[in-house]
Amino acid sequence: MAVDAETVRRVARLARIAEPEARLDPLAREISGILGWIEQLNEVDVEGVEPMATAVHATQPLREDVVADGGDPARVLGNAPRSDDGFFVVPKVVE
Amino acid sequence: MTDTLIQGRTGPWEIVLGLEVHAQVASRAKLFSGAAVGFGAGPNAQVSTVDAGFPGMLPVLNRFCVEQAVKTGLGLNAQIHRTSRFDRKNYFYPDLPQGYQISQLYHPIVGEGALEVERDDGSTFTVGIERLHLEQDAGKSIHDMDPHSTYVDLNRSGTALMEIVSRPDMRSAEDAAAYVRTLRTLLRALGTCDGDMEKGNLRADVNVSVRRPGEGLGTRCEIKNVNSFRFIMQAIEYEARRQVEILEDGGKITQETRLFDPGRGETRSMRSKEEAHDYRYFPDPDLLPLVLEEAWIEEIRASLPELPAARRRRFAEQYGLTAYDAGVLTAEDERAAYFERAAGGRNAKLVANWTVNDLLGRLSAEDRGIAESPIPPETLGELVGLIEEGTISSKIAKTVFEKLWAGEGSAREVVEREGLVQVSDTGALEAAVDKLIAANPDKAEAVKSKPQAIGWFVGQVMKETGGKANPAVVNALLRARLGID
Repeated sequence: MAVDAETVRRVARLARIAEPEARLDPLAREISGILGWIEQLNEVDVEGVEPMATAVHATQPLREDVVADGGDPARVLGNAPRSDDGFFVVPKVVE
Repeated sequence: MTDTLIQGRTGPWEIVLGLEVHAQVASRAKLFSGAAVGFGAGPNAQVSTVDAGFPGMLPVLNRFCVEQAVKTGLGLNAQIHRTSRFDRKNYFYPDLPQGYQISQLYHPIVGEGALEVERDDGSTFTVGIERLHLEQDAGKSIHDMDPHSTYVDLNRSGTALMEIVSRPDMRSAEDAAAYVRTLRTLLRALGTCDGDMEKGNLRADVNVSVRRPGEGLGTRCEIKNVNSFRFIMQAIEYEARRQVEILEDGGKITQETRLFDPGRGETRSMRSKEEAHDYRYFPDPDLLPLVLEEAWIEEIRASLPELPAARRRRFAEQYGLTAYDAGVLTAEDERAAYFERAAGGRNAKLVANWTVNDLLGRLSAEDRGIAESPIPPETLGELVGLIEEGTISSKIAKTVFEKLWAGEGSAREVVEREGLVQVSDTGALEAAVDKLIAANPDKAEAVKSKPQAIGWFVGQVMKETGGKANPAVVNALLRARLGID
């Protein structure tokens, strides 16, 4: 599977990564190379094998419905570049 | 169903509606963290490091939330999937600190089901349920606290939601509202969601398209986050008309997400969402597949209460209620319980009339629920009992009701204290009837050729006795005296 510069531009935008115009073609070649390498896996016959979402053989652990966390706004705001009156403050995003 | 079509300039159009209802699970803690769920706490006071998307934090699924999803699925007669999975839906927004929402796109916990919906007139229709899945809610962005900044409160972040997706089975705004109302009643009866739309604990995304009757589905627009029955109906009416106008002008509908503006009563495009539509879903590697034991599902099934639809049918059959009364009385658990306590051993239809017309009417005028009724169910039942046994007339009962509302004692106490016992004593009433006939010979003569004029005489006797005369006795006496069969 080959990826072109346009696809790289779109994926970078979706991931909020700024890529200069000059990097798009080289990146497209690199990504295409990686995808081609991974595509070799398609040669394995997986007929009748259940798709796997995890390599861990365990069941989902469940928590009880008990309040045991939160209640400490200063702690969650501690690393925020800006906060005010208990809120995170970020550059204006207008809907 | 022709009455639900829109008449355009070039002929009739049919509206096709499907809904995605987001119902907040009535849990104490969040879907994947131990932070509290609730309304009205200070900003970021109900946030764990999981909800704030701190690096390295791992989600652990809340058992109660899983149980509520299964319970709701069973209430919708839906397939419960023994194995389900969680996926990441990726997008950037300041109130989504993880950078993705954990949802269940590919393998939802609940599959296909159906909900029987009743309209106000008692007719019913079935809405297919496509799926129900568990997902996280986002936080809240506040744009008006500062001209250059957005303020973010993550209290809602990570709260468990059940997204209930219907088939495009509705054909009118009224039917869509009836569906949401029925679903809300079911959720409340199950106790899985409190259904509080004002707090945003139940909200709907409405998919609207139009087509010529008999043709295939048209292109749809999705109206996001509509949070009242009235707005759901307004948004649909507006959006359907907008689409018909575009199509009749020879235009095309663009599939898009739109926002309903209650102030203007119109929908408008949310262009900013367009680009974000590539969510790049993939299985969340932090969460293992959720496998449900059959025994647990059966245990949940056994714990289901009587569901509203079954209760509605039982009320109609057991008590002989009209479809409308049965619907009103089963819309809330508290109402149904109240009615059943009041109706014990009484004329149930009469109890239903008093509950629906007098009590609920009065309560809703004061914006109160039946749990706050100043008249206990036993007292209302007693009042109906007094009417049934002929101690008071229905008219006097209205006066007694007012006194009961004011908390002046039991029905019997009020009637005795105020001397409101109905006069059925023939002797006393005979005198009043004779006097009346003697004073109005012309009217007495007229009644012989026009028997329905007897009403005037009955009214006069009632007036004379301060409303306390037993109308049936008065009627019989008058008929005998005036010579009418």
